[in-house]
Amino acid sequence: MKKLSARRRHPLAAVVVLLLALAATGGLYAAFAPAGKAQADDTAQSLAIDEGKKLYSVGCASCHGSGGQGTTDGPSLVGVGSAAVDFQVGTGRMPAQQPGAQVPKKKVIYNQAQIDQLAAYVASLGAGPITPKQSQVDPSGADVAKGGDLFRTNCAQCHNFTGKGGALTDGKYAPDLEGVSPKHIYEAMQTGPQSMPSFPDSTMPEQEKKDIIAYIKTVNGDDSASPGGLSLGGLGPVSEGLFGWIFGLGGLIAIAVWVAAHTAKAKKS
Amino acid sequence: MSSQEISEEGLPAEQDTAHGAVKVADDPFADPGLPAHRPRIQDIDERAAKRSERTVALMFTLSMLATIGFIASYVIFPVDKIVFIWPFGHVSALNFSLGLTLGLALFLIGAGAVHWARTLMSDVEVADDRHPIEATPEVKAKVLADFADGARESAIGRRKLIRNTMFGALALVPLSGVVLLRDLGPLPEKKLRNTLWAKGKQLVNMNTMEPLRPEDVVVGSLTFAMPEGLEEDAHDFQNQIAKAALMIVRIEPDDIKDKQSREWAHEGIVAFSKICTHVGCPISLYEQQTHHVLCPCHQSTFDLSDGARVIFGPAGHPLPQLRIGVNSEGNLEALGDFAEPVGPAFWERG
Repeated sequence: MKKLSARRRHPLAAVVVLLLALAATGGLYAAFAPAGKAQADDTAQSLAIDEGKKLYSVGCASCHGSGGQGTTDGPSLVGVGSAAVDFQVGTGRMPAQQPGAQVPKKKVIYNQAQIDQLAAYVASLGAGPITPKQSQVDPSGADVAKGGDLFRTNCAQCHNFTGKGGALTDGKYAPDLEGVSPKHIYEAMQTGPQSMPSFPDSTMPEQEKKDIIAYIKTVNGDDSASPGGLSLGGLGPVSEGLFGWIFGLGGLIAIAVWVAAHTAKAKKS
Repeated sequence: MSSQEISEEGLPAEQDTAHGAVKVADDPFADPGLPAHRPRIQDIDERAAKRSERTVALMFTLSMLATIGFIASYVIFPVDKIVFIWPFGHVSALNFSLGLTLGLALFLIGAGAVHWARTLMSDVEVADDRHPIEATPEVKAKVLADFADGARESAIGRRKLIRNTMFGALALVPLSGVVLLRDLGPLPEKKLRNTLWAKGKQLVNMNTMEPLRPEDVVVGSLTFAMPEGLEEDAHDFQNQIAKAALMIVRIEPDDIKDKQSREWAHEGIVAFSKICTHVGCPISLYEQQTHHVLCPCHQSTFDLSDGARVIFGPAGHPLPQLRIGVNSEGNLEALGDFAEPVGPAFWERG
């Protein structure tokens, strides 16, 4: 201290003090400024919308129009809601690879943060179904039997009675529901992607959607039992009949031929 | 003239019997007879025969064990026990063991019988000649004579009253069987023409069992409805819902091409019968982008935006549309029954 005070009249003392003051101010600003910014919630939301708009302009605008108004190549996104974006982009259906009867599920291009930003932007175009929270889609504790009842009334006509999927017209099809996450099943019911009609909360309440998810996960999950053994795709009598005729009857014919081809005589001719 | 000449020329020259005669074999289709019989090891070696006997007995014994196994697995395994068996995956222990043991039991009986027949039963070839089916002339003459005797003794040709009444009685008896066919169930009467829908019946959402409100039904959604007052545990529920099942979709009113369909709808909410008009399958494979409904049985396709017109497949009629409106409570209600019979056509449908 003695040394420092002895040099207080040094010609450079003022410069040192100024530098220290600047460093302190800068440090304090750096420490507090971001925290202050994060507290403003709507700012973060508008940031996500801005980021989403950038992603949209690059990946989506060529088909859906620069403002989501739709073009001849893609439908309008006004009012589809964030749930539709989360489903379409989150399952890899969007961005679409090529035009065709149906846009199939494929590798997901964006990460979840980017999908959320895109969803925020599209949701800002017009009100629509909102991406569900984890608690809304969690099937634990749901009524599986009721879900089966609802599934057979509302879904089984296209997706088959255990959700194995099936054919529609002109090359369109209802996809297999195996391995689809509860959130995406929920969003599909809520928004009605592509050919699928929607099942809004007004006609199918949230709890019923949970029951349906629980049913799908019970009969078409990774560890679902197949009491009869080889399920042959679970497609019903067509694949089972084909298997029976070809392998069942074919096996019997093969045994008959084998028996007749092996003579029982002592001296083979 | 000339054609006759040509045809004369075209014919081969008359066969000269003395010159070109072909030597005919005594019998060109002589029976070559059976090949020489060749014995089996079991016919020669008694030890081999014993071995075959033991093999057959072993198969029959194993079949017995498999049957006992079948009964045992039926008793032992609970119906919901799931086990992992490669390569079948997670299967029901009961189904798997029942199928395996019963399959073995039946297969081993067959395999034992085949092995028995091939190795131990006689395999000497035997020829069995055909015999004429016709009776001998003596038998035929005897039968005809007996018949003539009988006809004369009964005097059927002389007493015509008896003959004719007998024919009448024999002709009428089968009618009793025809009359009994009337017992094949009551006639359907008007059941095929009517459903439970009637004026003022509210549309009940089959998911929530609550009356449907127009604002619940959004464009692109699909909902199923049944008539108010129908209980799921009612004894005739299945009979009634099989006719009254309804699918509700909403289409922008401007997109509905059929004028009557638009008038029968409520603000674009159209209610169509869910029963295919071909053979009555429940159809609801609704594609919301095209408004087409596909029947999964025979691919009949209906356009709901055009009065459910048939655009593909074997169905003969459009799906009947139910006329709907809104009652004072703001719920959707029927404005009457279907205007035509639902489901497949029938003879008297008209």
